Amino acid sequence: MTPMRFLLLFSRQGRLRLQKWYTAISEREKKKIIREMTTMVLARQPRTCNFLQWKDLKIVYKRYASLYFCLGVEHEENELLALEIIHRYVELLDKYFGNVCELDIIFNFEKAYFILDEFLMGGEIQETSKQIVNRAIESSDMLQETMEEYMSKPAF
Amino acid sequence: MSPSVPLQEMIRAIRSARTQCEERGVIQRECAAIRAQFRQTDNGGRSHNLAKLLYVHMLGYPAHFGQMECVRMIASPRYSEKRVGYLGAMMLLDEKQDASLLITNSIKNDLSHSNQYVQSLALCTLACMGSAEMCRDLAPEIDRLLRSSNSYIKKKAALCAVHIVRKVHDLGELFVPSARSLLSEKNHGVLHGAVVLITELCERSPETLERFRKTVPDLVQIMKGLVISGYSPDHDVAGVSDPFLQVRILRLLRILGRNNEAASDAMNDLLAQVATNTDSTKTVGNAVLYETVLTVLDIKSESGLRVLAVNILGRFLLNNDRNIRYIAMTSLQKIVSTDHNAVQRHRGTIVDCLKDQDASVKRRALELSLALVSASNIRSMMKELLIFLSSCPPELRAQAASGIFNAAERYAPSKRWHIDTILHVLTTAGGDVRDETVPNLIQLITNTSELHCYTVHKLYRALLTDISQQPLVQVACWCIGEYGDLLLKGECQETEAVQVTEDDVLDALEIVLQSHMSTPTTRGFALTATMKLSTRITDNVDRIRSIVSIYGSCIDVELQQRAVEYNALFKKYDHMRAAVLERMPVIQKNSLGQTNGELSEEPMKESQPGKVKQEETALPPQPAGQVVDLLDLLGGSQEPLQPGSSVGGSASTQLTAAPTSAGGDLLDLLGGFEPTPLAPAPTVTVYEKNGVTLTLSCEQQSESGLTVTLTASNSTDSDISGFTLQAAVPKSVQLQMRAPSRDSLPAHGGAKLTQLVVLNNPNKVNLKMRIRVSYTCQGSVVQDMVQVDSFPGL
Repeated sequence: MTPMRFLLLFSRQGRLRLQKWYTAISEREKKKIIREMTTMVLARQPRTCNFLQWKDLKIVYKRYASLYFCLGVEHEENELLALEIIHRYVELLDKYFGNVCELDIIFNFEKAYFILDEFLMGGEIQETSKQIVNRAIESSDMLQETMEEYMSKPAF
Repeated sequence: MSPSVPLQEMIRAIRSARTQCEERGVIQRECAAIRAQFRQTDNGGRSHNLAKLLYVHMLGYPAHFGQMECVRMIASPRYSEKRVGYLGAMMLLDEKQDASLLITNSIKNDLSHSNQYVQSLALCTLACMGSAEMCRDLAPEIDRLLRSSNSYIKKKAALCAVHIVRKVHDLGELFVPSARSLLSEKNHGVLHGAVVLITELCERSPETLERFRKTVPDLVQIMKGLVISGYSPDHDVAGVSDPFLQVRILRLLRILGRNNEAASDAMNDLLAQVATNTDSTKTVGNAVLYETVLTVLDIKSESGLRVLAVNILGRFLLNNDRNIRYIAMTSLQKIVSTDHNAVQRHRGTIVDCLKDQDASVKRRALELSLALVSASNIRSMMKELLIFLSSCPPELRAQAASGIFNAAERYAPSKRWHIDTILHVLTTAGGDVRDETVPNLIQLITNTSELHCYTVHKLYRALLTDISQQPLVQVACWCIGEYGDLLLKGECQETEAVQVTEDDVLDALEIVLQSHMSTPTTRGFALTATMKLSTRITDNVDRIRSIVSIYGSCIDVELQQRAVEYNALFKKYDHMRAAVLERMPVIQKNSLGQTNGELSEEPMKESQPGKVKQEETALPPQPAGQVVDLLDLLGGSQEPLQPGSSVGGSASTQLTAAPTSAGGDLLDLLGGFEPTPLAPAPTVTVYEKNGVTLTLSCEQQSESGLTVTLTASNSTDSDISGFTLQAAVPKSVQLQMRAPSRDSLPAHGGAKLTQLVVLNNPNKVNLKMRIRVSYTCQGSVVQDMVQVDSFPGL
């Protein structure tokens, strides 16, 4: 079992903006968890602590502007570090999109996933340096552009 | 062109839909278009379509028809298509889908691709959703990549290896050598991956853990480097150098140091250094401190370091940040049984947290407070807990109430305090207490004969104020029924008396009977109480008769049955009424547990050791006086009863410590409620003469505590009155006799007399008991003595 089970991003109205699952569970189960998370987290008062107990998991959540970031972690995990993980991801998004807001994530959701996949992998942290993650994303984007150009040139 | 533009147009279209219905329409159209596109051959826009589908999927609509498209895209030579294809695979395919196997080959090829970003896609996907099959297939490839010179690839390969080990445990062996060599890397990403991999390998296999213990010095070095080194812009977070890596290393050290003195010693200095040097003004520093504390408490650290760790937790408790207070309490909860005194020092702060606004913090504070209750602080703690109960959130009420009951059972300084506390809880949170509370309280009251008057006065007053809390009303009715005569007498030592007339009492009971707030059970209690009063009052028996006959036609079947039976008592069986309704005997703990079945055994089991403790502290003067007298009377024959008598030739056995953990009271409170069946105590007949039989059974309550139950019965033709028992034990043993259930023995074994004797044998001497029996039969006084040398069940 992975230490991080899932990462969900949803708006204040409960609309899902990103979902990353680090364990194999059915679609039905995923939908149920999403429903429960959104209900639980949106019901929280402001200025309460960012940790919740849910079944055998700890839920660490933080609100950034209009988006809630919700991380489900295993019982033994360090909650304070989980908050730092969420914060790091927000910083990465911010650097990439420049003053990121919810609309950026809606209209460029696949980029949000690509960034996440350079930061976390298999439920663990992959890279602890912001600069390295940013550079990797930039390079991949550039590769996509150049390869497109290359591929669109006729082969003969 | 990148997938973004057509995708964004679709997203805009979906968002502009004003109703759910409209949105569904848009999506259906789009999905139809996407499906059509999928069927076409390569048209350069494939990645757009798949991206659109993934967006639709995120909104919650079915997207399984895109699975094959993912497979095709992954196999495409175009990077943009691969990228979206792999993303789709991670979103739509998991190991449970058959289609996932189809991408194994593509992944294998991409793992050896010349471009590292393509390799990266394959590694990421494998680590996210690789099935056991795929893992087995590709493990050698991953191991090869672990030895690559490219840090970017190495770090990803490490996490991929972690996933493989999680899926197929046996493959762990394969990665051990590479994992070991990765520890000498400088690149933080790779180092982090290596530490995660080693942690996983150690958790899976104890042999591997042994081998990796040798890396402790290396890990200590790496940590030192992070903690002491100057500012490193690449990895700095608010003044802490790579907190993510630090935490991971600390966790690995924890696993390696657990249960191992040598390893724990090797990391002692480092842990002290981290604990003192880490800046605790920001969350990130506290995250590292938190992990350090957890590690210190888990390994075999020296006591100085442990104290340092607990003090850090104590500082956390005073932190303004709620999150920090919350995790401090969570950690303290884990160590409250092992480092109890250390945690007690912070009791004040913890109790203050009961008043916090946040429900999570309140919950933690409640659990911790209950764990910290002890005999010395019971009064002040209970005050705080009762204040908490009156204002606590509803979801915590039941837990608080039962916690308070347990604490009261264990540490009540006096019976009156105990009864007052329970009544307080019933008034504040009566709706949230467990069902067993009512019989438990009733039993407590019957056992406290000196407080019957006080109790019934208090309950009567409570009943007049409020009849909505059912458990309280039930107990009140029961007491009024039993002890109504005391209530009517009007005088009471413990509390100011209230002039109560018979009509007042019957009014009160009738209000309960008629109120729509009363449950059927409560009304049953009230009716029975009314009936019992018929033998305890003098003037208004007719009124009772009429109440009872009215309920003879009540719709509720239970009430109707009772009323009819009571009516019969009035009419045909009036001669028996007095006997049937007389004062109830003292209810024994054991009998309650066995008759009510398993459910009530759990509170019984927990409260039993506590009850004994409590009864030991509440010393009524009389029985002690009895013992002294008896020892004097026995005079010269004291010798065999003194401690230090020869162990050798004695027939009685040594007291052995029973498995019941009354000493571990706190563990009982924290460790959950497992009902253990009470084995019936073996009885032995110790005296049988002239038709009078005395049997004895005993039960070990704790290391030195023992409860002996004496039961007397009379098989002669004539009644016995004035039956008393006196007991003497060796000097070092403490003895208390409880009130007997009755003082007469009717003929032909009509009723049995039971008396509880509580013993405490701290010096574990040979237990002997001399019992003097005294009674009056047919006008003459009979006295006899019996010595008990062996106790059954010991």
